[in-house]
Amino acid sequence: MTRDYSALVKDDRVHTALYTDPAIFEDEIDRIVNTTWVWVAHDSELPNKNDWITTHVGRQPVIVNRDKAGTVRVMLNRCRHRGATICEAKKGNAPGFVCPYHAWTYGTDGTLKGLPLPKGYKDFDKGDYTLVNLRAESYRGLIFATFNQDAPPLEEFLGRARPWIDLFLKQGGGYPVKVLGEHKFTFPGNWKIQLENTTDAYHFPIVHKSFLSSLDGDTGELFSFMDAGGYVEDLGNGHSVMVMIPELVDLEENLDEPIPERFAELADELRAEHSEDEVRRIVRAVTGSGFNVNLFPNLACSMAFFRVLRPLSVEETEVRHIAIGMDGGPAAANRARLRLHEHFQGPMGFGTPDDAEAWERVQRGSQAGEDSVWIMLNRGEDKTESNAGDVTAETGMRAAYQMWKRMMTA
Amino acid sequence: MSTLVATRDLALAAEFIALEADLLDTRDYAAWLALWVPEGKYVVPVNPDETNFEDTLNYAYDDAAMRSMRVRRLTSGESMSAAHAARTLRSVSRFRLLGHTEQGELQVRSAQQLIEYKFDRHRTYVANVEWVLRREGESFRIVRKVVRLLNGGDALAGITFLP
Repeated sequence: MTRDYSALVKDDRVHTALYTDPAIFEDEIDRIVNTTWVWVAHDSELPNKNDWITTHVGRQPVIVNRDKAGTVRVMLNRCRHRGATICEAKKGNAPGFVCPYHAWTYGTDGTLKGLPLPKGYKDFDKGDYTLVNLRAESYRGLIFATFNQDAPPLEEFLGRARPWIDLFLKQGGGYPVKVLGEHKFTFPGNWKIQLENTTDAYHFPIVHKSFLSSLDGDTGELFSFMDAGGYVEDLGNGHSVMVMIPELVDLEENLDEPIPERFAELADELRAEHSEDEVRRIVRAVTGSGFNVNLFPNLACSMAFFRVLRPLSVEETEVRHIAIGMDGGPAAANRARLRLHEHFQGPMGFGTPDDAEAWERVQRGSQAGEDSVWIMLNRGEDKTESNAGDVTAETGMRAAYQMWKRMMTA
Repeated sequence: MSTLVATRDLALAAEFIALEADLLDTRDYAAWLALWVPEGKYVVPVNPDETNFEDTLNYAYDDAAMRSMRVRRLTSGESMSAAHAARTLRSVSRFRLLGHTEQGELQVRSAQQLIEYKFDRHRTYVANVEWVLRREGESFRIVRKVVRLLNGGDALAGITFLP
């Protein structure tokens, strides 16, 4: 039975089946994950020619690499002979790929270069057995891939989110942004529960009370953003931005303000090798941006890290919190960023386990009243057009679900 | 060092490590905090083979202040996951004396099999644990504890206890 998806997503609420129905999940994989742009990697993970990493587009294992000509490619991690995965390590550097099963050997662009005992085949054309290349495009070092040859260009898909990505990348503090490591965890719940959460400021003082209690006074004040001029904006195509700390939107502004007390020690350390201007720029960038850009369907540029979603099943989701820092920047600043990331993020962070518990509770709750209890998204409905200063508006969730509806009914 | 002394050291260390495990399983966090020297480091690295914890991402990289904030978080009632924390049971075994630091502290490696129970399910966390233990009377204080989870580099789940 095919559901009427337009009836399951209303302007102000969505039906519980979106969290629970395995058939809907299968359609999401076909119509969303395998159809639109999915974030796969950051440029800094492939600094050199012949570098590769393994990851997934939805459920499908892929290799993301920089080929010998320097082109970034995304290819299915599957030999064209009998279909074994070619790479199982997380990353490497190699002038080609050799399938470990029968030693079919591919170039870094995926073309089949050679195989043992080729005379055993009749009319064999190596050109028929290139590794399956996805379409891959980048924006400012963010690498996306899609199976869909008809998808609009990436830049058009990102649309009005692009200037926010530009702002986000200013946290390099004058250096390019670099991936420093990642926390990865799963939670037993639907992927959209997490998607919503990145644009949900409303939960922050409740779920993250123990995190807030652990902060020093100034930082605590920074995170008390319920009534600090923040807002949420629908950026089109399911993307949105939630501005929590307006003074940290542009990290290259207000550089002449005094350095906060809590960074005095870091600033002193930096002064040994950096000019005062550089020190101010680095220190201001060290805590990240004051907003979350939620990109439909799987990436968020979230304050100081990349949040990456991977739907595993209707009730199982993998989340990665990728720490970023300053490529070639001072070790002291990157250490500070690592410690800040560890403080909130990841399975042992002061924030993430409470988020994961909340999301799991939403999934457990979805067993009750499937048709009578809908998931409400109506907060700040009257402020959607004007973005009138309500950071807790559920505008971003509404934007994502309207995109979901558009894709699922296309 | 004579074999006899080494055997005695290792036996005492094993007893101490079992005590630490028991305090964590019974969530006697105040007593656990008291096991540490003030400059002690509690580390749960992401990469199980990591040696440079300071410049890489960890799950936990705790000095005394972070340990004490972590305990406060787990016990304050402010954290929804900790308020319904998983029950844990850990077995510690395979104790090996790796050597001594220049200060004469013991370097020990042990195995830890930890099972948590929450929301009708068990989860397993298996780790090599490296210790630096400073003698204090007939017991020890912890200078360093590094928990190298076998699956540290892969997906974990929300952890509401101290591994």
